[in-house]
Amino acid sequence: MTGLSFILAGMLAAATPFLLAALGELVVERSGVLNLGVEGMMALGAVVGFIVVYHGAGHVMGFAAAGLAGMMLALIFGWLALGFRANQVAVGLAVGILGQGMSSLIGNSYESLTITGLPKLSVPVLSDLPVVGGLFSQDIVVWLSLLVTLAIWAMFRYSHLGLVLRAVGENPQAAHAIGYRVIALRYGAVMFGGAMAGFAGAYAATVYTPLWADGMIAGRGWIALALVVFGTWLAGRVFFGACLFGAVSLASLVAQTEAWPVPSQLLSSLPYLVTIIVLGIITSNKRLLKENGVASLGEPFGK
Amino acid sequence: MMPMLIRRDRASTKAAVLAPVVAVLAAIVVNLLLFMVMGKDPVAVFYAMLLEPFLSWSSFSEVLLKMGPLLLIAQGLAIGFRAKVFNIGAEGQFILGAIFASIIPVYFPQATGGWIWPAMLMLGALGGMLWAVVPAFWRVRLNANEILVTLMMSLIAVQVLNYLLLGPWKDPAGFNFPQSVMFQYDAMVPILLPGTRVNVSLLLAFAAAILAWAYMQRSFGGYQFLVGGLAPRAAAYAGFSEAKAITLSLLIGGFAAGLAGAAEVAGPIGQLQRSISTGYGYAAIIVAYLGGLHPLGIVASSLLMAALYIGGDNAMVSADLPVAAVRVFQGTVLVFYLAAVTFVRFRLEWPGSSGAERGSKGA
Repeated sequence: MTGLSFILAGMLAAATPFLLAALGELVVERSGVLNLGVEGMMALGAVVGFIVVYHGAGHVMGFAAAGLAGMMLALIFGWLALGFRANQVAVGLAVGILGQGMSSLIGNSYESLTITGLPKLSVPVLSDLPVVGGLFSQDIVVWLSLLVTLAIWAMFRYSHLGLVLRAVGENPQAAHAIGYRVIALRYGAVMFGGAMAGFAGAYAATVYTPLWADGMIAGRGWIALALVVFGTWLAGRVFFGACLFGAVSLASLVAQTEAWPVPSQLLSSLPYLVTIIVLGIITSNKRLLKENGVASLGEPFGK
Repeated sequence: MMPMLIRRDRASTKAAVLAPVVAVLAAIVVNLLLFMVMGKDPVAVFYAMLLEPFLSWSSFSEVLLKMGPLLLIAQGLAIGFRAKVFNIGAEGQFILGAIFASIIPVYFPQATGGWIWPAMLMLGALGGMLWAVVPAFWRVRLNANEILVTLMMSLIAVQVLNYLLLGPWKDPAGFNFPQSVMFQYDAMVPILLPGTRVNVSLLLAFAAAILAWAYMQRSFGGYQFLVGGLAPRAAAYAGFSEAKAITLSLLIGGFAAGLAGAAEVAGPIGQLQRSISTGYGYAAIIVAYLGGLHPLGIVASSLLMAALYIGGDNAMVSADLPVAAVRVFQGTVLVFYLAAVTFVRFRLEWPGSSGAERGSKGA
């Protein structure tokens, strides 16, 4: 397999942890809440999902448990940030630290164990094409993630719920004044984000690399946070951003296997370097941010 | 019926002092319950984790040793946090400080003289500061969120450290372990308390605390940070540059973390290796908040967090507690603190009770 077809075949799977977590956070931020605990929610989801699958309950149960675990952590976040109106940045960090700690604690006796991932489902004909064929042979979660992307895009574009969530994020006082329950809606968004981060972690630990290693999320939750900004809070753009990061992480794998004369540490840093550079390019364009940004992001709401 | 949060007329000092105490007590209870569920003996864990660090001079001196870097880093971070500049990349700045300090002993292992360790500390501070230049530039010039950039810089710093230790800086006589040569005698910070590993850098940490306190109390500059963070527009109106406050607070944070990193390799560790930091940069975030972002509060919270590290090590040996338990404890302390600190600015009111009556008694 050449480098290009390898990247095309694996790109979507590599992108999926980023994509799921970023889509969840997109909904959270659209409602005006900034949850920085994504990394911790992913780490907890990863270990919970792994353990459930390891003990033979299957991937469906694994993902369900991981989503639930992410939601529990998100509930703590919501309780502090929405209930107690605490500083959202600090609460996000706290929940992130807690999640990562819980993840290492729970996963302590599962270190380096492996499980079996999921089979690939291929689109007939298309998956036999040269070079790009691999793109059409993916596991079920990847296919479902594409549907979720589409659903979230459609929700914000066409549905009443999407409109209300945007209103709550844009101007919570006004949304409250016309009778929407701002705090309840924000709780809902935060819980959804937690479940998605849990799924993202479960995908990373039970499908993409079906093994448990402490710290295996390795900053992917933080990159997902950056992806929401790259995508200027639009689901379609977040999808392309996730694909870019999937490709970057695979490209560094290709470079390592083909023994390019580059230190492996530089290749491992590549996703982080790309994040910093792209973030600078996007955020320096103030017009882009102003058009799509969320006005009340990170500000607590109370009467 | 749900109680409601009502904003106080003025911040409650009593609540501000009580919040960290309540948070720590709540965290102790919850974590002991958790350890019981895990099948550990809660009494043994409590003794090893929370009492033992204070019971002998030898273990208390180790607490003081851990306190140094936490205090130093947290003082630097708190300056930024007060101004709503969220530098969460102290871990990376700490690592860069350690790397920069190691330049001298790695390239001049034979050098002697009393200038070596002070020069290493200065280089380390410079290294930490340089690592903070990127997020400062990105924030001020490119409008990019410093939270994400500082965090990414930390992840990159770990890779830089790995590169050096597996490549050019690996000790040729080190049996292929990823570590540098052992530093020479003159590269070590002098011991402060004889018979312990506590060195002069603890004094630097205390000096930083006093400096931060004096700066906040006495000078206009402290006010400048406060205003710059809380009300950018008011700051601009009063002639303060927001960009300057952001840059300065990031650089100070990097300086302090870099200094701490340098003091760690030139102190208890004595060489550059992978495990130079046990998450000091992240723990310092908790220390800063738990200390109420106040220079004196941070002295107390850094002592507590240092004791928790030593106690966690004890509990690992005597009560078979995994290392990660300390991180869970740290996380829960911060969670409870952030809930408790709400009552500095708000009070609870139950629907039905007369607000006016309570309002006149409270505050």
